[in-house]
Amino acid sequence: MISNLTSSERQYALLIAVAVALAGLAMAALGRSDTLGVHGVIVMLFAGVVIYLIMSSLYGPEPTEDRAVSYYDDPIKVGIVLSMAWAVFGMFMGVWVAAQLAWPDLAFDAAWSSFGRLRPTHTSGVIFGFGGNALIATSFHVVQRTSRARLAGQISPWFVLLGFNLFCVLAISGYLLGTTQSKEYAEAEWYADLWLVIVWVTYFILYIATIARRKEPHIYVANWYFMAFILVVAILHIVNNLALPVSWGHAKSYTIWPGVQDAMVQWWYGHNAVAFFLTAGFLGMLYYYLPVRAQRPIFSYRLSILSFWGITFFYMWAGSHHLHYTALPHWVQTLGMTFSVMLLVPSWASAGNALLTLNGAWHRVRDDATLRFMMAAVVFYGLSTFEGSFMAIRPVNSLSHYTDWTVGHVHAGALGWVALITFGSVYTLVPALWKRERMYSAALVEVHFWLAIAGTLIYVFAMWNSGIIQGLMWRTYTEEGALAYSFVDSLVAMYPYYIARAFGGLLFLLGAVVGCYNIWMTVRSAPLAVRETDAPVVPAAVPGE
Amino acid sequence: MEVSERDPATGRETTGHEWNGIKELDTPVPRGVLMFLIVTHIWALAWWFLVPAWPLGTTYTKGLLGVDQQTTVEARVIEGQRERAAWTARLESEPYDAIMADEALMQTVRHTGRQLFGDNCAACHGRDGKGGANYPDLTDDDWLWGGGPQLIEQTMRVGINTVHPESRVGQMPAFGRDDMLDRNQVRDVAAYVYSLTNPDTSTPQNLDRINAGKEVFVTTCAACHGENAQGNREVGAPNLTDAYWVYGGSMDTIIASIHGGRQGHMPTWDERLTTAEIRTLALFVHDLGTRQP
Repeated sequence: MISNLTSSERQYALLIAVAVALAGLAMAALGRSDTLGVHGVIVMLFAGVVIYLIMSSLYGPEPTEDRAVSYYDDPIKVGIVLSMAWAVFGMFMGVWVAAQLAWPDLAFDAAWSSFGRLRPTHTSGVIFGFGGNALIATSFHVVQRTSRARLAGQISPWFVLLGFNLFCVLAISGYLLGTTQSKEYAEAEWYADLWLVIVWVTYFILYIATIARRKEPHIYVANWYFMAFILVVAILHIVNNLALPVSWGHAKSYTIWPGVQDAMVQWWYGHNAVAFFLTAGFLGMLYYYLPVRAQRPIFSYRLSILSFWGITFFYMWAGSHHLHYTALPHWVQTLGMTFSVMLLVPSWASAGNALLTLNGAWHRVRDDATLRFMMAAVVFYGLSTFEGSFMAIRPVNSLSHYTDWTVGHVHAGALGWVALITFGSVYTLVPALWKRERMYSAALVEVHFWLAIAGTLIYVFAMWNSGIIQGLMWRTYTEEGALAYSFVDSLVAMYPYYIARAFGGLLFLLGAVVGCYNIWMTVRSAPLAVRETDAPVVPAAVPGE
Repeated sequence: MEVSERDPATGRETTGHEWNGIKELDTPVPRGVLMFLIVTHIWALAWWFLVPAWPLGTTYTKGLLGVDQQTTVEARVIEGQRERAAWTARLESEPYDAIMADEALMQTVRHTGRQLFGDNCAACHGRDGKGGANYPDLTDDDWLWGGGPQLIEQTMRVGINTVHPESRVGQMPAFGRDDMLDRNQVRDVAAYVYSLTNPDTSTPQNLDRINAGKEVFVTTCAACHGENAQGNREVGAPNLTDAYWVYGGSMDTIIASIHGGRQGHMPTWDERLTTAEIRTLALFVHDLGTRQP
């Protein structure tokens, strides 16, 4: 991997790694009496490993091949491996916290393993670790292929990938230490946030520069979505995380947003993290890997335009539906609700566009579990976007809010849509990247598919039931006009569903483990493929199959 | 470069663009999609006219219905209170005897008390009121501060060992840890207390220790627990001769109680619940257990 860098690039990379290590040293020194110091040490260790890797081949031979005629796939391979590793970690944490809700003793009476600390390790582990790495890796793959141009940088792709993973490590180790901003999906503290800004802006510049190099007259739809994802996540991240640290030596910071404005900014962020991280980014994936795998043209270019602009415009307004019936003024809630409903058709348009693309390829969906992953993902995407718009309607929300229904909805999206489309893309991408004929075992892809589907359905049905029961119990009155149930009554009613949910999650985790094994064996022992030229400028063959 | 072709599966033209083998059809947006899009927009427009929706500088469009969540919730709260007024008024003001004599009203107490108990008391006393380790059972006929709705209400209002000015104060000193009794004395008195509920331990071998313990008890413990160890509700000192234990009746727990003392805590509910709620709960708790005069 490093052998593909020129010696001056290696020196430059070394310089960056040393600078990061020095920043870690400064954090360790300034924050020695605080968790910031622990994080300084982690940064130094992380940079130390990178320095070691660069040093060990600093004076190796110069790259021999002409890099301009090949795609830059090394960071993508590492990104896929990291993504799957995070998937197993994050999903394991998910199963653990789910089990804690049924059996609270599984916290083992320690602070680090309490629900409040483990839960964000699950969410960050799967969203940022698994999803983020998958997005970075696939976006690098898609932008090169659809632009027929090599990535516009030699070090920057590594900087983006490794820098993002350093952010994930800082975030998650921080939660275990009790360091958090207490903002859902934005729990990481100010220094990790600042680091992510640097990484993300680099990502954006790299992406735009690569698009600018494209040898195709038009920018493919997948790249619109990836660009929207990168740009908007940068904006969301910066605005929501504006905060003042207590001092340079402390991990703790306070947000600059006061009161209900803070809540509004947080959920503008939170909802658009769903929109642009978990939807736009993965739609980028869908728009490339689904037609490639199905070997079908996209159903409608016009529908792509309608749904892209609909999604990017309407999503931005919808965040306030997370704050129905709160201190947020009524008018802001109305806007959030109405824009959420107007969002439905553009969302469904992209789901419909994907499903109709499969017309003429349904026999492949039947035979090929990889394509079936993507088809199922689209169905869950359609389901959860409908559900989301429905739950955003105030009277519906008065029943669903604060219940497990929300959790079920999120997982219909996260397991059913995000994870399934990722697995489908990864199974398409891995043989292409490692130049294999196919995945090691089609049967194991099939096993993974059914484990994932069963896990998702059990999870989602358990939470739908549990959520609606909860919501109804909280609003049931006796004939005297008093509440019929106490909160703890509703918890007792949840117990069987919590067990079912943990079981569904376990199935899903097992599927991911099977996937890891299959990927590992593909890289090690699947037969090499004689592929048609897969290189910049020259018209490239369809990878996949 | 941009040459459109016809897709054999659908019969549609492609746009002529191609990326890495991916092509696009030039299918027009289906009419149904546009209709549905228009319907959602009309729906949104209707809401914008009817309810508060768009900001206008320092104010906002109020909507034709004139509703606002603040006034709506206030009206609902008042309406709810009015619905309940029939029985809450009686619970607030009528003497307990009169309420208990009214079976219909007691039925209301049982309905509403169950939810109130679940939300406020169950965390310590259990959903069934049977308590647990360190938390008293409210369903038996043993009371630290007295049963009966009046005394239960008082305990709920002021709490036990709280900052309330009239708080019930019940603290058992740490006789062992604070060196008021030596190790042997702690063991002796524990043996005596244990023998009160376990007469079969009064064997000749144990008799010396039990007698020694009794002497210590009379000089040290009887002030609160009474000479005959039957407790004193004025200070919340439990009866040690019955089968009910807050902290456990095993020899080990008795030794632990004498060594480290006990300072149970119950919050004051005066400011957290309304009078009607407190009196409902007092009746509910009283009703849970054996009725005490």
